[in-house]
Amino acid sequence: MTDVGTLASDTLFGLPLADIWFGLVFFILGMFLFLDGFDFGIGILFATRDEKHEREQLLAAITPFWDGNEVWLVVFGGALFAAFPAVYANLFSRHYLLMFAILGALILRGLAPEMYEQREDKPWQKWWGRAFIVGSFTAPFFLGIFIANWLLGTMALITLPGVITGLMVVALTVVDGVAFLRLKTRNELRDDVRADGFRALILYLILVVLTLGVVYITAPELQSALLSPLVVGLVVVNLVLTGIYAVATSFNRYYAAFVANAGLVFTLVSIIGSLMYPYIDRVEGLTVDEAIVSTLPLNIMSIGAALLLPLIFLYFGVLYSVFSGPIKVDESY
Amino acid sequence: MGVALSSVVAFLPPELGSRLQFGWTISVHILFASLSIGLAPFIVYFTWKDVHQGDERYARLREFWVSIFAIGFVMGTVTGIPMSFQFGTNFPVFSEVAGELIGGPLAFEAKMAFFLEAVFLGVLLFGRERVSDRTYVLSSVLVGIGAWLSGFWILVVNAWMQTPQGFELVERNGRTIAQLTDPVAAFLTPRFPWMFTHMMNAAVIAVALGVAGISAYFLWTNRDAVEWATALRLAIVILLISAPFQAIHGDAYARHVENTQPQKFAAMEAHYDTGQADLHLIAIPANPDALLDPRAENLWTISLPGVGSYLASGGDADAEILGLNEYEESPPVALVFWAFRFMVGLGFLFIGLALWGGTLLWRGSLTESDRFLEAMMLASPLGFVAMLTGWYVTEIGRQPWVIQGILQTDEAVSTSLTSGEVTITLVGFVVLYLALIGAFVYVLASLVESEQSRLTDHESGHDSVWESLPVVGSDD
Repeated sequence: MTDVGTLASDTLFGLPLADIWFGLVFFILGMFLFLDGFDFGIGILFATRDEKHEREQLLAAITPFWDGNEVWLVVFGGALFAAFPAVYANLFSRHYLLMFAILGALILRGLAPEMYEQREDKPWQKWWGRAFIVGSFTAPFFLGIFIANWLLGTMALITLPGVITGLMVVALTVVDGVAFLRLKTRNELRDDVRADGFRALILYLILVVLTLGVVYITAPELQSALLSPLVVGLVVVNLVLTGIYAVATSFNRYYAAFVANAGLVFTLVSIIGSLMYPYIDRVEGLTVDEAIVSTLPLNIMSIGAALLLPLIFLYFGVLYSVFSGPIKVDESY
Repeated sequence: MGVALSSVVAFLPPELGSRLQFGWTISVHILFASLSIGLAPFIVYFTWKDVHQGDERYARLREFWVSIFAIGFVMGTVTGIPMSFQFGTNFPVFSEVAGELIGGPLAFEAKMAFFLEAVFLGVLLFGRERVSDRTYVLSSVLVGIGAWLSGFWILVVNAWMQTPQGFELVERNGRTIAQLTDPVAAFLTPRFPWMFTHMMNAAVIAVALGVAGISAYFLWTNRDAVEWATALRLAIVILLISAPFQAIHGDAYARHVENTQPQKFAAMEAHYDTGQADLHLIAIPANPDALLDPRAENLWTISLPGVGSYLASGGDADAEILGLNEYEESPPVALVFWAFRFMVGLGFLFIGLALWGGTLLWRGSLTESDRFLEAMMLASPLGFVAMLTGWYVTEIGRQPWVIQGILQTDEAVSTSLTSGEVTITLVGFVVLYLALIGAFVYVLASLVESEQSRLTDHESGHDSVWESLPVVGSDD
């Protein structure tokens, strides 16, 4: 038996595929947070609406999309497994209960709206509505804890940085949900949720600053990365984007607000990825180059991803253009 | 976990808990995943007939079955995501050892299949008024392709675990792992074509029985339901082809298992001593011990001497078949033996039902026999039962290995997992998935109920003669 060790040689066209896959894993996580994020956000906004027709609009806004959006999480797991099997194995088994908390929340979030729409009676809709809200809140909350634990190399289930990061991700999904909902509605609801958007944005701002502060204090090994020009630059961009979101929302520039919101999500995951690099699993002391699969599967995976990702974007293009424009509540199959 | 909790659940060691949890979650997931796979061709056919021929009957069938497909797909998604995580959470050693071989196919499954299915199901469900007829039919085809592609990739993974090849064992970060050396060999293992054919056909049979059962129910309560006579006819024709094919194919498949996994084959036949194997046509427990230990002396059997050898070797009645006593550790023989018998028995029952239905169809009296309709109603869930028992043969029969000959299941489990943790998640999954199944049955029942009240509203007062109906559309 030969000890193969690090295997980032002979890659396709000499590309730094290990780093590209590290970036891709975070990009996929970003796609999930951005797309399923507005589903979660709208699920949380569900708690603020009692009127039947408003609740129906909230559900109708996400019904054709949420299932496809959630697939990005499966792809996140799949990409991590395929490109960094050791990290997938260590990370997911280390945060055992947390992973299942995320899964449980996602099951509740997926099931609840299906059941909600099955019957008209009040107690039924009250309880499934609550289940929907709980699932929509806890899924991003636990996901935030997971991200913090991953970044900080925490063994514990729940920590202060984890909880703050979790709440920050929840606030971000509401920002996201409001931006999406304002694209999809044309009536009072569109004006009503604006205030929710501002509230969530302020919360997000406070929590993102708190998160960075707590990370700085509790993780001395990340201090130099936090002060690196790249991370400082990304944080500045993130803060500028919150400003753009606020201005665009005040002036009812719906698309601009939505794009700024997408920028918020992707700069946030970029900050996390930049802080983590070159490590991908701090607890095991694994760097990206040490954890990457060997060259042959890496090359196959890369060709596959290069061919399939454009196709996936095409599918989403079709889906979002078929269901573009304002929602119609009565529409069904 | 606290000491108190650990001692309470000490009977559930992490390995057993992980295996029970994986077994339970995959069993539930398989039901919904194969519902998608089996129903996809029906959906495509109904959609195409409806959109291109404007036939009212098919519009109704499409709407009804797309609704069921949709709720099944939601269940498939929510039960599928835990599957993609559990390799890591519960079997991290397996994930690390096999990551290069199976991580790729799993990632391909998500990228090729799940997006296709999820995105175009949205169009199929909510886009009838928004897209052209052509795009609408195409969406149904893409959803179907997505369902079948996901079956393809997941069976690539499972077949590799049964007959692993295309790799080399190397030392990596202090662990022996399988390094991919030949992707074609690793993706297309000897088991793959057998497994893919058998599983896809099983899904078609299970769904055809389900369609037949529900159609039979509507006809049983309302003989004038023309669209449901159409659906029943279609299901019977599909069963006439798929059920006998499954038996013939299964026979050859068993021979392949004997060649590649002799220990599993021996467990299927409870064959302990190496030598000539008899074929137990029928095995009935002669005493209660047989349920847990199905040795010949505990069974009352009708056996054909040497036929086991004859079938397994492809013609030699004296062929030596390796017995379980050759191995240090056996799979749970009783589970494999009885699961195999259930599956085969059900398979023959399906052939019988298909022939019965075929005869009635031939005589043009498919909907006239109450007894036949009742039999189909009772049989409607049995295709899924047969499928699960088949999977138990495949997966439990591979034990003690998780990757045949490479890695044992007890070595694959997380070392950091505690009894308390696995108990919490196992109980959680049992409760949650029972709720999911309950929700699915509830939605299915309410769809059936609303269809039935529609039929009663529309058809009341009609007393038409059945034979004249196939060419006539319903009158709404």
